[in-house]
Amino acid sequence: MDIQALASQIPEQGEQSLEGIDFITSGDQYLTFILGQEQYCVDILCVEEIRSWENPTKIPNAPLHVKGVINMRGIIVPIIDLRQKFKIGELIYCDTTVVIVLTVETDAKKRTIGFVVDAVSDVLNAEQNEVKSAPAFGGCIPQNYIDGLLNVGDKVVTLLNVNALQVIELHKLS
Amino acid sequence: MSIDLSQFIPSFLEESFEGLELMESSLLNLEAGDNETIHSIFRAAHSIKGGAGTFGFNKVTEFTHLVETLLDEMRDGRRDIVQSDVEILLDSVDCMRLLIESARDEEDCQDEKITQTSALLAKTLGNDSQSDKSIVDNEATDADIAENGQDKKHWQIQFIPEHQLVQTGNDPLLLFNALADFGQVEVQANIDNLPPLTDMNAEELYLHWQLSLISDCSEDEIKEIFEWVEDECELIISLKTNENTQTNNTPKNQRSSAENLADDNLNSSVGSAPENNQNNDLTENKKAVQSSALDKKVISTEKSPAKKSEVGSIRVGVDKVDSLINLVGELVITQSMLSELGNDFDLTKVERLTAGLEQLLQNTKELQESVMRIRMLPISFAFNRFPRLIHDLSKKTGKSIELIIKGEQTELDKTVMEQIGDPLVHLVRNAADHGIETADVRLKNGKPETGTITLDAYHQGGNIVIEINDDGGGINRQAVLEKAIEKGIVEPNATLTDSQVFDLLFEPGFSTAKEVSDISGRGVGMDVVKRNIQSLGGRIQVESEQGKGSTFRVHLPLTLAILDGQLVRVGSEVYIIPLIAIVESLQIQSKFINRVSGDLVLYRLREDNVPVLPIYQLFNLPADNKEVNNALLVVVEADGQKVGLMVDDLLAQQQVVIKSLKDNYQQVDGISGATILGDGSVSMILDIPGMINIALEMAQKNQKMLEQETV
Repeated sequence: MDIQALASQIPEQGEQSLEGIDFITSGDQYLTFILGQEQYCVDILCVEEIRSWENPTKIPNAPLHVKGVINMRGIIVPIIDLRQKFKIGELIYCDTTVVIVLTVETDAKKRTIGFVVDAVSDVLNAEQNEVKSAPAFGGCIPQNYIDGLLNVGDKVVTLLNVNALQVIELHKLS
Repeated sequence: MSIDLSQFIPSFLEESFEGLELMESSLLNLEAGDNETIHSIFRAAHSIKGGAGTFGFNKVTEFTHLVETLLDEMRDGRRDIVQSDVEILLDSVDCMRLLIESARDEEDCQDEKITQTSALLAKTLGNDSQSDKSIVDNEATDADIAENGQDKKHWQIQFIPEHQLVQTGNDPLLLFNALADFGQVEVQANIDNLPPLTDMNAEELYLHWQLSLISDCSEDEIKEIFEWVEDECELIISLKTNENTQTNNTPKNQRSSAENLADDNLNSSVGSAPENNQNNDLTENKKAVQSSALDKKVISTEKSPAKKSEVGSIRVGVDKVDSLINLVGELVITQSMLSELGNDFDLTKVERLTAGLEQLLQNTKELQESVMRIRMLPISFAFNRFPRLIHDLSKKTGKSIELIIKGEQTELDKTVMEQIGDPLVHLVRNAADHGIETADVRLKNGKPETGTITLDAYHQGGNIVIEINDDGGGINRQAVLEKAIEKGIVEPNATLTDSQVFDLLFEPGFSTAKEVSDISGRGVGMDVVKRNIQSLGGRIQVESEQGKGSTFRVHLPLTLAILDGQLVRVGSEVYIIPLIAIVESLQIQSKFINRVSGDLVLYRLREDNVPVLPIYQLFNLPADNKEVNNALLVVVEADGQKVGLMVDDLLAQQQVVIKSLKDNYQQVDGISGATILGDGSVSMILDIPGMINIALEMAQKNQKMLEQETV
């Protein structure tokens, strides 16, 4: 066996395997999901995983949109229903209801929270300058949660601010 | 072939430190006096000596030898056990610790205390002989040799080991290094017995050595170095009187293989080119020896920067390891069951498959929990050093102090334990130095002559609480306040509550001790104590009553702690009540129910009236049973207050690993944390004091609403 000949084959194979995989993209990537009839997206780098809905353990006296906590491989992860938090769509929990688990690291502290959405739809590529600022007319989502809007074809996707999503409101006794 | 002994050094160190701890605690108990204790102290000292000898920690060996001799005399009844001897031995334990630590760090220990103590030991032993001198002089030996060569003796040592010597873990190199500590050593290897390469067994030793040592040590000391190999070698030690007969003309086939090593001169070349086949092997042999020495050097350089970082080992209780082994055993059984199932799988076996997978899940979970438990150590590890500390302090201050330790079995995470040690020492010292009064003051104040310091540890609401309590004079509120005003920390006419005043103690640079003693009182401590505790996520509280004593309460979180819990069900939710909080569980009998002040339900438990708090109400949950009659009641106690928690069902009792809710969420009132149950679901751990607070708040709110209604 001629080792030289063998070695020369290796890069070719490597090149072949690279083909067809489009992981060299320009700009940022966003995960889009659906709440009611509307499309939203978050920075894909924050997405830890996408899970199917399971009944969480309730947290006593928590706000209604905090559904409870689940065990994600030994980590206690709170589950927040985005539909309920933003008052969009109907609260139906079925097999297609999904939970997007987002992780954000701030000041050396890592926080992982799951968000209930109606469905996950796509991964979006967009340059920073494609993100348009949102009009100040308030819908039911407070302005600080919105980073901007993205045009996708005829539709508009709202880019949500993950840091704002991760802020947890203090409990109040009912 | 040489076995690299340095890999065993960590375990030797660990054993030694454990031995020292045993010696210390036994010595403190020895004051009562019994034979078995002396034996155990002697055994500990003996194994430290033996181990240190093996690893070439000569100073440790020599020092321990003296200690051992003294202990031996006590053991044989040749010497009575008197307090002064025990004090010397306690000091010796400190010295041994210093010596072993410096051996570990590969530093030269120059502490004067060692010289003093060894002199004291030797004096006690009553022999003015060489051992005394050699120990005291030992530190200087190496340097002195060059100048004082004249009065050194010239020893000739012939060391002919048996072939299998190295197989028992002995390394001639270490012996020679040990010899080199006595003085100048020259080593010549003799390869006459080297077989041809084809007959050579790599694991056997074919060399023997001729050593010459210039030192003032005695023959016994040389023999002691070879003590561990004396059964496996032929040792001829002779004294050469003529200085000039040193054999410099090395025969051609004798090469000074270990000489360089003994002198730590690692730069010397591996030797000239091999001259014949036999020498080839020798060179190899030599290389191996040298490389092992080199390795050691490398290790030591690697070690030194890491010295400070707290990467240690854990000594784990056998029961924990056993349970791990059990779990792994179960895992293996489950695995083999599953793979057997997979061999010829058809749909009829689905049920067995799901059952098997369930079991696998369970096994893995349990295994995970057990592994986490390994990190937990009983707090006695941190408390163990206090008897000695109090003993020393009471001697130094002339106060008579008794130490009571409670709750030693409370488990605490190892990292927390390591960092809480120093703050605790500080607090205990303060209690002994400032808290406890001198005997005459105590008697004058109508207190027993002996002061008491109590250390207590317990779990409370997801925290571990460590209490340091003394029955001394308490904190002089006025003095603290005056000092604070004097230092400008507080405005002169500010009104402060007691706890605010006591918190001033933790301000930097604050000390109320009128005299600065060497124990405490420089005011550089309490702020550090507070900072340390805060960095662990804990807090410290002070309670004090003038003339009665003070209590310092350290609250520490237990992010990893485990507690024994009672699982209860309310509606569809399962909660965990810490077992330690539970007084009893009972079924409510309607005749013991009393309703007072409107709708507060009291349950008559023997003489107590216990308020009944339905969990479903506090937590706003749907419950099966909202009727008080015949309901199940778990009576819990927190902060001296008993309450009854109404639950739907009592489930199993089990140990649970506390997981923080704060990491990803936030602190929740009435909940101290969460845990993952065997089935993978999350369950909340109830915080009893927190729940009582919720109940109080709710009651207040209700009252306000009622007031508004009536208005």
